[in-house]
Amino acid sequence: MAAITLTINDKQVSAEDSQTVLNVAQEQGIPIPTLCHLEGVYDVGACRLCLVEVAGVNKLLPACTTKAAEGMVVRTESERLRKYRRMTLELLFAERNHVCAICVANGNCELQTMACNQGMDHVRYDYCFPKWDMDLTHERFGMDHNRCILCTRCVRVCWHIEGAGTKNVAGRGARSHIITDMFQPWGTAESCTSCGKCVMACPTGALFERGSTTAEMQRDRTKLEFIVTAREKKQWIA
Amino acid sequence: MDRLKVATIWFGGCSGCHMSFLDLDEFLIDLADKIEIVFSPVVDAKEYPENVDVCLIEGALCNEENLEWLHKIRKRTKAIVAFGDCAVTGNVPTMRNALGLNNDVNVLDRAYRECADHNAGIPNEAGIVPTLLKRVVPIQEAVHVDLFLPGCPPPADRIKSLLVQVLEGKSPVLEGADLKFG
Repeated sequence: MAAITLTINDKQVSAEDSQTVLNVAQEQGIPIPTLCHLEGVYDVGACRLCLVEVAGVNKLLPACTTKAAEGMVVRTESERLRKYRRMTLELLFAERNHVCAICVANGNCELQTMACNQGMDHVRYDYCFPKWDMDLTHERFGMDHNRCILCTRCVRVCWHIEGAGTKNVAGRGARSHIITDMFQPWGTAESCTSCGKCVMACPTGALFERGSTTAEMQRDRTKLEFIVTAREKKQWIA
Repeated sequence: MDRLKVATIWFGGCSGCHMSFLDLDEFLIDLADKIEIVFSPVVDAKEYPENVDVCLIEGALCNEENLEWLHKIRKRTKAIVAFGDCAVTGNVPTMRNALGLNNDVNVLDRAYRECADHNAGIPNEAGIVPTLLKRVVPIQEAVHVDLFLPGCPPPADRIKSLLVQVLEGKSPVLEGADLKFG
């Protein structure tokens, strides 16, 4: 690992060349909005909320999957970025059926919080109102595709923390969706260990504990952190 | 100075936003010196007047009558406020859209035929029961909306924050705790 120097928002910062731009910014206390990023699992750049401007590159790059490089000049706040973040959020809301008022995650939802923080007071696009079902076949957990933003956090924790590999993405484009095992009801997915990590990881109300009602669903991410710390640092810190 | 002419109307919603408006409590008395409610479910006017300054619209667009009123209001009003989540996002009334994007027929089938124990049949009284729109949409999908006041319902303090800014002649900005859906 080599030490490098890059510039974020006119400030020179040191980093290691293995780090991502997001990682460096977070260490420096520079806020970059994220939705699909989750500490402890690898990044996929799915949500496009963390897009940043990099000098010399015409397109916007996701901070979570872009490696920091020597001499890189990064900007995390600009009119252009704010415009695209807001657009991304509005498209996420328009794509599925997000009804905050009756959602289990109301008040504890990262999508809802992000929209408010980014000043989204309405959606300028026509809502799609797609038809999606709920999967309530698992004895402890439920999955409501209407509220899913396809961040794939659940898939990543399932494969890379629990190692069960129950959750997957099927379909293409707007019909992409999360499935369990061989596209079968969650309750019949034999690989599922019912560990609940996917439920803890979900940023919205798409995955929830059965029996929780409006605004009751709170996530306990410390359990995920505990496992990741134990695995990577061999420290069992509760 | 003339008082600000304010109207409120209730489309496809639960009236919770209007309840929240009434929750302004004693501020309503201060407000009475500064605004005149010219049309609202809480006053007796039958016809929507001309030259209204601000109209708070609660509810999503569900039927032809909502749409007619909305167009009339747009013509006669300077600033339209989408008042609450149903007006801003469609919210709960849009759950009808799960029955398909052209659900005006099958939603009635579901309610009055499939679920009926007695006298199955769709109510149809021309001029009395308004025709449903093909799907429920938020009001900004039909007309230009000037201000958005989200919340289900927007708490009284949030309504106050918006009205105070309007009365001070500012172009209102809601942020922090004043900007939240649900």
